[in-house]
Amino acid sequence: MPEVLKAPLVVEFPFTRSLGPVQSAFLTGLRERVVLGVKTGDGRTLVPPVEYDPVTSEEIRDLVEVAPTGTVTTWAWNHAPRRGQPLDTPFAWVLVRLDGADTSLLHALDATGPDAVHTGMRVRIRWAEERSGAITDIACFEPYDSVETPEPAGHDGRFEDMVTGIVAPARLDYTYSPGRAQSGYINALSDRRIVGERCPSCRKVYVPPRGACPTCGVATVEEVEVGPGGTVTTYCIVNIKAKNLDIEVPYVYGHIALDGADLALHGRIGGIPYDQVRMGLRVEPVWTDGGRYPDHYRPTGEPDADYETYKELV
Amino acid sequence: MREIAVVAFGQTDHRRTSDEFSEVEMLMPVLHDVLDRTGMKTSDIGFTCSGSTDYLAGRAFSFTMALDGVGAWPPISESHVEMDGAWALYEAWTKLLTGDADTALVYSYGKSSPGSVRDVLTRQLDPYYVAPLWPDSVALAALQAQALIDAGEADEPALAGVAARSREDARANSHAQLRGSVPQGEYLVRPLRTGDCPPIGDGAAAVILAAGERARELCERPAWIRGIDHRIEAHGLGVRDLTDSPSTRLAAEKAGAFERPVDTAELHAPFTSQEVVLRKALRLDGDVAVNPSGGALAANPIMAAGLIRIGEAAARIHRGESDRALAHATSGPCLQQNLVSVLEGDAR
Repeated sequence: MPEVLKAPLVVEFPFTRSLGPVQSAFLTGLRERVVLGVKTGDGRTLVPPVEYDPVTSEEIRDLVEVAPTGTVTTWAWNHAPRRGQPLDTPFAWVLVRLDGADTSLLHALDATGPDAVHTGMRVRIRWAEERSGAITDIACFEPYDSVETPEPAGHDGRFEDMVTGIVAPARLDYTYSPGRAQSGYINALSDRRIVGERCPSCRKVYVPPRGACPTCGVATVEEVEVGPGGTVTTYCIVNIKAKNLDIEVPYVYGHIALDGADLALHGRIGGIPYDQVRMGLRVEPVWTDGGRYPDHYRPTGEPDADYETYKELV
Repeated sequence: MREIAVVAFGQTDHRRTSDEFSEVEMLMPVLHDVLDRTGMKTSDIGFTCSGSTDYLAGRAFSFTMALDGVGAWPPISESHVEMDGAWALYEAWTKLLTGDADTALVYSYGKSSPGSVRDVLTRQLDPYYVAPLWPDSVALAALQAQALIDAGEADEPALAGVAARSREDARANSHAQLRGSVPQGEYLVRPLRTGDCPPIGDGAAAVILAAGERARELCERPAWIRGIDHRIEAHGLGVRDLTDSPSTRLAAEKAGAFERPVDTAELHAPFTSQEVVLRKALRLDGDVAVNPSGGALAANPIMAAGLIRIGEAAARIHRGESDRALAHATSGPCLQQNLVSVLEGDAR
């Protein structure tokens, strides 16, 4: 079995999301240090507020201000904070029912240790210094020892410059491993060889190999070296320059059936003016120093292949 | 209504990593296993439905690659859900009910090893108020566990008991990842200790469904699906009573689970505390064998662990070890969405 390959893979994306009217008021309120809930038809106040009643699905828009103080309804001690979480020192996850609300909000509680946290304890919001209209405008909760409950000012949820969207960055880190068949393919490339795998049932050779024959649904195991020569089965002319790609347009991208393969792979075709590339053109890979796959394919100078020889691969 | 049964079930050994295999390479032996059990070829299958998520391994459209393993060319009748395979089975069951197909292949797989599954699962949460805080799956389960403890419905020794019983039962399950004596360990997120949490691992499972007489031809003792239903609760954690599972109870009612007692229940409870919630919602007493396979605490290949519950329950009926079994699958944080099915064998 060839060496199993691994490589780090980071998937990162900023999600831009628009807000409904209730979410917009709530998140704008956090920016202004005002906490808003929404009234349901049966008179309950939901914090955080939602656009639709979770029981009746009725549209709800009646905003009401609640206090920045509240009571812990359940908690969990997190001794090892993870990336992106509200605090980077050990903290308690809490559900907090704010004074004036009937439901609970998830956030972090800054406390000295698990012995300092219990269900029923009184807490208050610690506001972030810089606020933009996001749930993270609440930095966290902190213990609140006073018996006084600050009286909400009765805000109606209308603010100057309402927040209408959020940008939520997301990042996940992976260690990618391509599996048995593709590891074999990549390992061969480093020796400037191109290998496929043959289906034991229909005998077709798949390049690049993915480990299974999509027609027969069985494992492909027999490694077969293909090429280096091949035939252009179809192609297109690229006229738009890709970002970060140092290739002059127009250039040709084609499907190339390597000799011995039953599936065409794709690659750039160079070493020939773009308007002279044609179906049936015989090509071979061009390897560059340090390149881990063929940089492009160029004409071999052989006569063009007869259509009959590659028509099944178009 | 057409009678539909689970006629075959197969699963991989579930392991912490499976670096050497791509998803289709991991899945294919299981597909061949269930086909061999029924003597069918891929081309004999009327409908194929799978469950998986690209987020787990960070591979876009990984399910299309997995389709190579079922011989999807020439084109087959096929569907996919970005959910646990139990929901793929629900779709296949519906398809068979329509009469469009007589047999269905259902499979699901999950490779948790390439990523950090606690973080990956935060991406399924409310993107406005919750996901930006990155509350991981263990933290959310721990909030539920503490709510149970506060309500006097569980304590740490009781949770440890669930963990120990599950892994002890898993001794008889050669596919399980955690078997036998496993220490309860330190707190991961208090009150949950490592022992209260499922192992992280990779695995796949497959089931074949068949309707009516076809089921009797393919299997000596088919596991007839007498009822199946799934229900969901509000996404807001603070809106729900975390000590109860009304969606499980309602799904069980609709599936007919309360009409007669079951002898076996395979519950998809990745955390010990969730078994406590489910036992209450499903009114399971001491006479019911709960998770004789070891359950998700012994092997939890995400996206497959729910389908495996149905498969394990069916396999007990196939083997004559159960006559009426309940299988449950869950999805989302703190048992947000739940599927319940009731399976029966013909009288012996």
